Amino acid sequence: MSSRLLKTPMVPFPSRAIIPARDLDKPPILEVSRLGIDFGGLAAVDDFSIIIGRTEIAGLIGPNGAGKTTVFNLLTKVYQPSSGAILLDGKDTSGMNTVQINKAGIARTFQNIRLFSSLTVEDNVRIGLHNHLNSNVFFDIFRLPGYWKSERQAHQMTLELLSIFGMEHMIHYKAGSLPYGAQRRLEIVRALATKPKLLLLDEPAAGMNPSETEELMRNIIEIRDALGIAILLIEHDMKLVMGICEGIAVLNYGRIIAKGTAEEIQTNDEVIEAYLGEKKEA
Amino acid sequence: MKKILKLKKDTRKNLITYGMIILAFLIVRFLSASGNISSAFRGQLVPICVYIVMAVSLNLTVGILGELSLGHAGFMSLGAFTGVIAAIILQGSVSNPLRLAIAMVLGAVIAGIAGLVVGVPALRLRGDYLAIVTLAFGEIIKNIINTLYVGIGENGFRISMVNAESLNLGERGTVIMNGPMGAVGIPKLATFASGFILIMVTLFIVLNLQNSRSGRAIMAVRDNRIAAESVGISVTRYKLMAFIISATLAGAAGALYALNFSTVVARKFDFNTSILILVFVVLGGMGNIRGSIIAATVLTVLPELLRAFNNYRMLLYAVILILVMLVSNNEQLKNMTKKFKGFFKIKRPSDLKGGTARE
Repeated sequence: MSSRLLKTPMVPFPSRAIIPARDLDKPPILEVSRLGIDFGGLAAVDDFSIIIGRTEIAGLIGPNGAGKTTVFNLLTKVYQPSSGAILLDGKDTSGMNTVQINKAGIARTFQNIRLFSSLTVEDNVRIGLHNHLNSNVFFDIFRLPGYWKSERQAHQMTLELLSIFGMEHMIHYKAGSLPYGAQRRLEIVRALATKPKLLLLDEPAAGMNPSETEELMRNIIEIRDALGIAILLIEHDMKLVMGICEGIAVLNYGRIIAKGTAEEIQTNDEVIEAYLGEKKEA
Repeated sequence: MKKILKLKKDTRKNLITYGMIILAFLIVRFLSASGNISSAFRGQLVPICVYIVMAVSLNLTVGILGELSLGHAGFMSLGAFTGVIAAIILQGSVSNPLRLAIAMVLGAVIAGIAGLVVGVPALRLRGDYLAIVTLAFGEIIKNIINTLYVGIGENGFRISMVNAESLNLGERGTVIMNGPMGAVGIPKLATFASGFILIMVTLFIVLNLQNSRSGRAIMAVRDNRIAAESVGISVTRYKLMAFIISATLAGAAGALYALNFSTVVARKFDFNTSILILVFVVLGGMGNIRGSIIAATVLTVLPELLRAFNNYRMLLYAVILILVMLVSNNEQLKNMTKKFKGFFKIKRPSDLKGGTARE
């Protein structure tokens, strides 16, 4: 399934950055240069630079506490970076807040699932569709035609989005009552509902069994192919990362220690050292 | 029957709530016409309506938005005195029902503006700040109104903060608000029917809001602020929206309340009243509109019913409150009601297989 992807030739883009050859003729979706943040003098992320192609599936890996989720929080402006620049689709994002970032085209999921757990599956997806529905509070309260049109549209789009994971039958369930794997999938659906250009997945396979992970890998590729979006994911499951990620960046102590394809990362000495510890001199 | 079963669950729940109110209204109307209602209870009808509206509107802030407000009576107070002033100024120029409607709308607008002024700074903060700010707001409003002298006379509409004489109303002037003595000479415009209409309007607004794009955004903010922001929902905007609508409805209820009595003092709308309304909401269930209606009705009637026990009235009231809290949080009782419900449950297609309820 993933062999096709692994054979994609990776080409240096401006300088040493790599993106899939098929995305070369289009400007990259995300350009991050020298991004950094420090919390009270401690540099949580430092000198972080990556480039992600239009339809690339990229991976961000690293040991626990390396700063991977902090990178996501910086990209979505949960934290304001203390240095560096983020260009989304060629546009500077400095000064934007989380809401504006989402409207500009980045959607994300969370490592510790953050669903609207007291609401139904349908409501969760419809909340994701919020900025793509045309009703307003006046239409809503007085049930004017604009309300009904927007609700019909929302229902249709919700079913379409849920069909990605075959979850249409769960539409009336409470989000909090779903099994763990389904909650993770619902979070992805909700993120996709905002029609992003770049999807950030924070440990999408956490807590999934091997067969669920296998299916998730297929789903991620399907989403990319169907919607033509870029995906950046954080994951500890190496089978998933090595299986579907075209470009991988390895983070350790807030710094990128290696970038490359799966093969390059697997044979990189510094990466092996970061994960397994220093090689003992004989 | 089949058609009702095919309706969405939320729609069905809302129809039951509306039906409950209409039925209660008709029964009381019928009993009243046949002379089966005591005069004491008849005097309680408008306050019951007012407290239902207060409870439902506070539920919008506390239950649906998930922010604690301890100054809901402050908005009621603003609406009450605005309504009284409007009603007295308009005396003789328009018919009574129209005068009542204008008084309620003006009371609602002024309370809504106050909601905006309080909400803009307070709702941008996180945590319990709104509770503290609304608590202070209620006290500030009470104290300001206590020092306010308002009248209408030869020189037109006058406001003073010194005393009634300084208004210079002339011979034929009327003092509308007389400082700590409150508003006096209020025309009794409020009727049970107008209270019923206000409840229906409130339910229409709150229930429609809840099941819509805006309402879902409000509940998203309640359930998970960070996730709501991550899907592009402006948290401050929807917090403000819910809070202002809540304040507006409280203002309308306040106007209706004041126009039911000949005098009203600012002390009536103090911290205790705010807490009483919060008790209705908590007892009825956070976010549960029908629960708020029932709790507001029962707890307004209860002190009157307990009048026979005179000295032990408030003690019994407290004991009943504690009992209800214990019973409604009892696991075993909850399981029993669940079984009971399951026994009578009507099988609907959407229970078995999702996605078919809409068609």
